[in-house]
Amino acid sequence: MENRAIFPGRLLACLLVFPQLAVSLIFFYWPAAQALWQSFLVQDAFGLSTEFVWFENYVNLLKTPEYYHAIGTTFFFSLLVVFFSLAIGLLLAVMANRNIAGVQIYRTFLIIPYAVAPAVASVLFIFMFQPGLGMIARALQRNGIDWNPVLNGNHAMILIVIVAVWNQISYNFLFFLAGLQSIPKSVIEAAAIDGARPMRRFWTIVFPLLSPTTFFLIVVNITYAFFNTLGIIDTATEGGPNGSTSTLVYKVFLDGKAGSDLGGSAAQSVILMIIVVALTAVQFRYVEKKVHY
Amino acid sequence: MVEHRRFGNLLPHLVLIAGVIVVAFPVYLAIIASTHDNSVIANGQMPLYPGGHALETYWNTIMSGTGKTTREPVGSMLLSSLIMAVGIALGKIAISIISAYAIVFFNFPFRMATFWTIFITLMLPVEVRIFPTYKITSDLHMLDSYSGLILPLIASATATLLFRQFFMTVPKELVEASKMDGAGPIRFFFDTLLPLSVTNIAALFVILFIYGWNQYLWPLLITTRDDMQTIVIGIKKIIDVKDALTEWSVAMATAVLAMLPPVAVVVLLQRLFVKGLIETEK
Amino acid sequence: MANVTLRNVRKAYPNGFEAIKGVDVDVADGQFCVLVGPSGCGKSTLLRMVAGLETITSGEINIGGRVVNQVEPADRDIAMVFQNYALYPHMSVFNNMAYGLRNRGMKEAEIKTRVEEAARILELGTMLTRKPGQLSGGQRQRVAMGRAIVRQPKVFLFDEPLSNLDAKLRISMRVEIRKLQRRLNVTSIYVTHDQLEAMTLADILVVMNGGQVEQVGNPLAIYEKPATTFVASFIGAPPMNLMSTRQDEIKPQLGGSAVEAGILGIRPEDLAITDQTPSGGVALSLTIDAIERVGAETFVYGSRAQDQQGVATNPGELPPGEVIVRIPGTEAPAIGQKIRVAAVRNKLHLFSGDGRKRIEI
Repeated sequence: MENRAIFPGRLLACLLVFPQLAVSLIFFYWPAAQALWQSFLVQDAFGLSTEFVWFENYVNLLKTPEYYHAIGTTFFFSLLVVFFSLAIGLLLAVMANRNIAGVQIYRTFLIIPYAVAPAVASVLFIFMFQPGLGMIARALQRNGIDWNPVLNGNHAMILIVIVAVWNQISYNFLFFLAGLQSIPKSVIEAAAIDGARPMRRFWTIVFPLLSPTTFFLIVVNITYAFFNTLGIIDTATEGGPNGSTSTLVYKVFLDGKAGSDLGGSAAQSVILMIIVVALTAVQFRYVEKKVHY
Repeated sequence: MVEHRRFGNLLPHLVLIAGVIVVAFPVYLAIIASTHDNSVIANGQMPLYPGGHALETYWNTIMSGTGKTTREPVGSMLLSSLIMAVGIALGKIAISIISAYAIVFFNFPFRMATFWTIFITLMLPVEVRIFPTYKITSDLHMLDSYSGLILPLIASATATLLFRQFFMTVPKELVEASKMDGAGPIRFFFDTLLPLSVTNIAALFVILFIYGWNQYLWPLLITTRDDMQTIVIGIKKIIDVKDALTEWSVAMATAVLAMLPPVAVVVLLQRLFVKGLIETEK
Repeated sequence: MANVTLRNVRKAYPNGFEAIKGVDVDVADGQFCVLVGPSGCGKSTLLRMVAGLETITSGEINIGGRVVNQVEPADRDIAMVFQNYALYPHMSVFNNMAYGLRNRGMKEAEIKTRVEEAARILELGTMLTRKPGQLSGGQRQRVAMGRAIVRQPKVFLFDEPLSNLDAKLRISMRVEIRKLQRRLNVTSIYVTHDQLEAMTLADILVVMNGGQVEQVGNPLAIYEKPATTFVASFIGAPPMNLMSTRQDEIKPQLGGSAVEAGILGIRPEDLAITDQTPSGGVALSLTIDAIERVGAETFVYGSRAQDQQGVATNPGELPPGEVIVRIPGTEAPAIGQKIRVAAVRNKLHLFSGDGRKRIEI
């Protein structure tokens, strides 16, 4: 950042950064600080008095089985979403990276899901999976599967995983494609001359060279599955049935909306913040690596 | 590569066609459903080709909505979404381009502190500070207002980082030449930097427009009045009936309308979109 | 029109590094001054200080009788051509040249006249509507010059303006710059690391090293009487051969007080293959290691039979003990051959032992 041609004018510089700083402080730092503060407080039932209780809210939180259930749900859900969206994205990108006719047309279709809001994506799939009238639900029922995501937790989980994967394919596809295109042709040609067949070339040359992209996408997809799927869950299952699709973020949302336990809800928020900080830190290790690469 | 594949390029085509079907089929089905009568859909007998009710469904949807669950015509939801999406995109671009300009081209006290303050907001997504943010917005009397919808979302570390990255590639001789040509910081910004940033701004606008249009959690909390509702929130309320009373044709027409602007932007401005997507993540 | 005077100019960075350690230069009105030196010698920094792009730690810069230390670049009445041209990529050639004039509130009609005049001089008339991206390197270079010309400044500053061009274009642009400067008769300061460019362009040459001026003067005078071993080996190609006067082979030939001097310098072109030793001159025995025949002339790289002790010089790439001899292309010695070369007395250069002082014989 050094060695720039610098303008004088401190006042102007301050005016220029003011709007962003103001918004950041009011809507980012202040609420985050509030959440942190509240996570150490307990309020009585009428909201009349508060007491500073150190980590009691956290301890209580870690005593509730529902919280562990939400952690389990989150990890299970994220694992499925990350794996399938990456695998499908990579497969499509490898195919689109071949020099074949109509790649532009395929790409145009494949980026559409990115533009669809998570909540709207949910609606599209609810329509297909609605017992009784949905095209796929009926097909499943005809084959003897009693498909009902409203009552069956596993079905609900399958539904939101499908929506989340569908919604995320475009992103992974585009990044994998960009990663593949940045691999020098000559390296692959050298491997071909060295006698490596296409499959072997992919696993011994292309995939290792793609690893920075893959690693980056894993982090981004975990973040996505943790945080950006709230719209999908709220629209498709509302965390049900019986909390079987309630992830950590969704639980914060539900508990906060109920508004009964301010401290506990704040403690949950703080734990989520720590997760984001950790994910961002990991992501930055990657960025640094890429610089040296 | 010169490779003598037995089936030529059959495999990639097959895989990509399968991918396109998976991706496009739900959208196609929504479009088809929006052209059929509710009763046809409700008994599960909907055909895979368009019906004849398109005009009437879309007219009703836009002008009056469902009448049951939301009293709001979808037309006004579209307007809310548009104002929010454009407001967020332009707001983010405006405040981040000027703050990046200050950080890269000015030397002022606490410059690095400012940079880090902006940078750390990356780690505070709205999902983890939902309710305190809601409380502050409500204390500032911004519930049910466009400023409440837009302002809390326009601080963007990613946009600032993107502009900072780009500004740092601007040769310093260009600044010096401007100085020699008698241009001060404000003139340099408008005469040189802004014109050079046009592609970046456009790419960023595409990404941020989609981001803004597809917001869910924040508008859900901040809008209580039906006439402030965005379409992404509205659609949830339309199908928010667990029984079979959902008016599916209206719901699907709403879904199509909700997808149309962002999908159109992505498809028509594909090059800018890809550039914006890849570069904001660097 | 103006003269430029630098008085004891210094530049120190906050980290303590002294980039310019007290420089005095006088450039008379209409003169073409070239700052030359190896990279990192401070020549660009000095130019940028004249331009007002770098602050001055101490000393005084005077342009046309006005001290400009605190004056903004735009108000110094100077124009600069940058190494990478720094053209505004989004503006047409016309607007690139007109921008500075518009910022000064000049009338459009006057701007048009000036730009068209500059375009005519630089043969850019047909390209005024193009963007820099559509031009070749040489054309961009001309636009950068045009941008300087239209301003009709008191002083032109050039920061290695030819280093991004290929060799052939560099030579033709060099000639053009010289012609243009003569024609406009504007005081110019030109920075380069290429000694050939420096020699051919300069009215007044400033050789810099390590933030200091080594020598100032007419290019040929500098070539003939380099003030230090640094200048001796930097100006002229291939560089001057330098050796210790105390070596057994040389000592008796020089004799007397000259031996005390410390370093003897002989230019490759002043050595000739001969068996005779000119009276008062110096003769050396060499074994030929390598030969470069370039047509009109031949360069012979030889190593001295005795006392391998040469003098390592700052930018001189010669390994100690190696001597370069320039002979006519018609002569054809062989590798491994033993020869004797000699130079006459008035072609010898003597320097103090630390190389910082020239000693007249």
